[in-house]
Amino acid sequence: MIKFFLMNLLLSFIWVALTGSMLYSNFIFGYLLGFGVLWIMNRNESDVRYFYRVPKIISFFFFFLYELIKANVQVAYDVITPKYFFKPGIVRYPVNANTDFEINLLSTFISLTPGTLIIDISDDKKAIYIHVMYLKDEEQFIRTLKTGVERKLLELLR
Amino acid sequence: MIDIILAILSTIGALSILFASIGVLRMPDFYLRLSVTVKASTLGVGLLLICAAIMFPGDVSVTTKSIAIIFFLILTAPIAAHMIAKAAYFTGTPLWKGTVVDELKGMYNKETHCLESDPEKAQPHAKENIAHSDDATD
Repeated sequence: MIKFFLMNLLLSFIWVALTGSMLYSNFIFGYLLGFGVLWIMNRNESDVRYFYRVPKIISFFFFFLYELIKANVQVAYDVITPKYFFKPGIVRYPVNANTDFEINLLSTFISLTPGTLIIDISDDKKAIYIHVMYLKDEEQFIRTLKTGVERKLLELLR
Repeated sequence: MIDIILAILSTIGALSILFASIGVLRMPDFYLRLSVTVKASTLGVGLLLICAAIMFPGDVSVTTKSIAIIFFLILTAPIAAHMIAKAAYFTGTPLWKGTVVDELKGMYNKETHCLESDPEKAQPHAKENIAHSDDATD
């Protein structure tokens, strides 16, 4: 896993050195090229999780960007129109994430989505208290968070 | 082409900062203000920095700096918001009257400042308050 990543990084540095243009776009192109080369070479290896994880990370990035923009538009609409549409509330959200790193990433992503704000994490790390701006249905909110951000994030990390 | 992308991105960034500042003025309580401000300003500053990186395509140092700033902004802003919200809740900043549900009520242990995760263990006097507010909304 980490071996493939370092190899890929090395290949992209070699690509940048050989082409001689020190630009980020060139580095990313070299990275993708190295990724393809490594994938073709290591198709029959036993541990090929790395080659599934990189596309998942990229798709998670775009998924998160989409969520961010969607929620920002909703909040912006509520701010500029005179009537308040929101129903705020503090919800207790039971987390599946175990380690500190997973909880840290999950709470960062929840906090960065507009409309939700982490207030506190319980001391035994089993529940997060989230302040939600648009709480139409509590069950549904917890379900969308569980099947959306948390499941995708844990798929990446485990 | 690059000019059009720059115009679109910087307009969205500036508008989201503008909406955040209007939100600070208009939101009815502290938590909603915090909620609006932190994310919108992160998105706005991030987009403006991406614009700066696109503006100077041949300059690696500008791109590196803007990526580093975005990274640290994303890393630190939610933690700052979390700490401010926790401190505000603990000192008893009131919630807006339209708040639907408050499941955090009574979960803090007043002596040890520990936070329970099990709703059964909530402080007894606070439970009565929750029941009372439920009656009022029904």
